[in-house]
Amino acid sequence: MEHIISLMVENKFGVLSRVAGLFSGRGFNIDSLSVAPTVDPSVSMMTIVTHGDDRIIEQITKQLNKVIDVIKVVDLTEHRHVDRETALVKVHTRAEDRAEALRISDIFRARVIDSSPTTYTIEVTGDTEKVEAMINLLRPLGLKELVRTGRIAIGREEFRAGVQQEKRKIEQAT
Amino acid sequence: MLTGAEIFLESLKREGVKTVFGLPGGVVLKIFDVLYSEKELEFILVRHEQAAIHMAEGYARATGRAGVALVTSGPGATNTVTGLVNAWMDSCPIVVITGQVSTSMIGNDAFQEADIVGISRSCTKYNFLVKDVADLARTIKEAFYIATTGRPGPVLVDLPKDVSMAKADFVYPESVYIRGYNPTYKGNRWQIKQAAEAILKAKKPILYIGGGVINSDAADEVRELAELTQVPVTMTLMGLGGFPGTHPLSLGMLGMHGAYATNMAVHNCDLLIAVGSRFDDRVTGKIDAFVPNAKIIHVDIDPTSIRKNIHVDIPIVGDVKHVLKDLNELLRGRGNGDLKDARKPWLDQIDEWKREHPLAYKSSDKMIKPQQVIEKVSELTLGKAIVATDVGQHQMWTAQFYKFLQPRTFLNSGGLGTMGYGFPAAIGAQKAFPDQLVVAIVGDGSFQMNLQELSTAAAYKLPVKVVILNNRHHGMVRQWQQSFYGGRYSASRLDHSPDFVKLAEAYGLKGLRASRPDEVEPVLREAFEDRQPVIVDMIVDPYENCYPMVPAGAAINEMILGDPSPEQPQPSRESDKESALPA
Ligand SMILES: Cc1ncc(C[n+]2csc(CCOP(=O)(O)OP(=O)(O)O)c2C)c(N)n1
Repeated sequence: MEHIISLMVENKFGVLSRVAGLFSGRGFNIDSLSVAPTVDPSVSMMTIVTHGDDRIIEQITKQLNKVIDVIKVVDLTEHRHVDRETALVKVHTRAEDRAEALRISDIFRARVIDSSPTTYTIEVTGDTEKVEAMINLLRPLGLKELVRTGRIAIGREEFRAGVQQEKRKIEQAT
Repeated sequence: MLTGAEIFLESLKREGVKTVFGLPGGVVLKIFDVLYSEKELEFILVRHEQAAIHMAEGYARATGRAGVALVTSGPGATNTVTGLVNAWMDSCPIVVITGQVSTSMIGNDAFQEADIVGISRSCTKYNFLVKDVADLARTIKEAFYIATTGRPGPVLVDLPKDVSMAKADFVYPESVYIRGYNPTYKGNRWQIKQAAEAILKAKKPILYIGGGVINSDAADEVRELAELTQVPVTMTLMGLGGFPGTHPLSLGMLGMHGAYATNMAVHNCDLLIAVGSRFDDRVTGKIDAFVPNAKIIHVDIDPTSIRKNIHVDIPIVGDVKHVLKDLNELLRGRGNGDLKDARKPWLDQIDEWKREHPLAYKSSDKMIKPQQVIEKVSELTLGKAIVATDVGQHQMWTAQFYKFLQPRTFLNSGGLGTMGYGFPAAIGAQKAFPDQLVVAIVGDGSFQMNLQELSTAAAYKLPVKVVILNNRHHGMVRQWQQSFYGGRYSASRLDHSPDFVKLAEAYGLKGLRASRPDEVEPVLREAFEDRQPVIVDMIVDPYENCYPMVPAGAAINEMILGDPSPEQPQPSRESDKESALPA
């Protein structure tokens, strides 16, 4: 099953490779990974989408907790959360397709952020289902390039209290 | 203001370091220059950096304190990798300082530059690149803190040349706080209660202890638990010494080369109490068939060890010593007398298994049997020596036939199985305990992987006794080839080894040899009485095999108990003629 794991990590060099190395070294999957600093510049948030059975996910969260530069690990899948990703899609547009491309982009409340005589670059944000639905509709026009951010996720507000838990407590629960 | 080199050495002293193992090179010259006039730190110059790490490990395992090694950049640093992985696998607290090229050169493929921080990331508990001399003291403090707390492990500090030359005020931090690192020491009370109930209810319990017991200094607590509840104790290779091998409740080592009764007892138990052990595949055999009828309690300081390989019913995250203290408190006064009776059928059953197939070997009056040597070493040292081994048959025979009484007296490469570990580890332990008898039991193959350290033993007058079980083979490899590859001995024969007695003499040390069974005892006595390093070349039966053996992939109750009967094809002993006794 797919899991979205949110990590609070030290904002130091080498942290990304510690986390990525853990996944490759132990044969865990990374479906997507995104990382950026937070309001506190000494801290970054990482969102990792992974999959595996319960035993593997348990190992993943425990192993992540064990990484010294990881401050907190939350498996958001176990909680109410929202997740989003952004895709930038460059589609080929022959003259007769340009209106269609705009229509599709409208349906998904996406925006054209760049255009040339033969292409549109469309930015879409949403959950994975929405992003993929749009990509699939655009596909027949001819995808020239596709770039996706991977997912970022955040707990819903009721859950914020839970996020504050000490890393240790989460460790014990798992 | 002090230079980085001075700050570094001052910091080591603040950590109570007395001994540093290593070898110099270009980028660490500044540090060695300060060491030149340093009185409180003793530097042990090795002949190969891998050995420096094993020495630091031997020192750490024997003392419980962090072992320290200092090497240069590039090849010096890469030579430490095997030792780092070894320490990582066996949870051994060491701090390794590697020199690095100047910060401005990093990344340019400078002379003797190696990205050791990148290389060692997956085999250290943590590693640091110090970019600013102002961070150096705190980094050293953190390095020792991380290496020695929680589940111990190796920490590497990469120290660029310019940082060791730059100056800063020396302020050594009193304490450290690392927000992402908070090991759990106290076990969960409720879980411990569950464990106590399960132990009282069990009819056929087994206590299965590992290296965590040694690391947490919990031998006394294990003994109390075993005696309180009359639970027989088996040990992993890393756990030997955690419970006295001569105790009536001791079952010795389990697993691939565990005794018949031990593996049968584990296989048939109804409660397995795993303490500081990690269900390694050498212990469990076929995991799906391991302890099929047992509930499992697992106590470990590392949450990732729990449910990594096997489902656990009562997990307890915590330091073994803390948890067992709490557990014993709950169990104290809960029917010791009754338990004795209740356990009787189980202990009787185990005794019967012991009688059926005791750990034994066929002695000979012509050839020295390797097991005989180990038994003699055990007898002569009264189990009081510190014993290190390399990897192979001799290691398993030591685990089987040496009666370890005390924790921290068995140094050995368990997780990685590193040939060449034993002799340098013994040197490290001898450095820590100059007056204690330290014996390295090695194979003729393994010993040759680090025998250059004979110089180090000679130079620092470290009177390690090296007992070579010389079978003219990579014996363990040969055994597998005999058992599973139809006796096709591919690359397992070791011809052209040196004459080890002459080799000892070439290093200015004493060399002794025994070729007949009746020579074993006098030669060992002579060696052990000597106050200098001695090499004892024991010419043993080249075709002796280590049994019982659980074939890879089999369940641990499916042991091979001895050589196949004569009807089955036997390897030809004729072919061994040329590799007979050295003259
Ligand atoms: C560095 C290293 N290389 C290879 C091996 C594989 N290996 C395991 S046991 C063994 C043979 C060891 O021979 P020896 O030291 O003579 O001991 P014996 O088994 O004969 O007692 C080998 C080659 C290893 N464990 N470590």
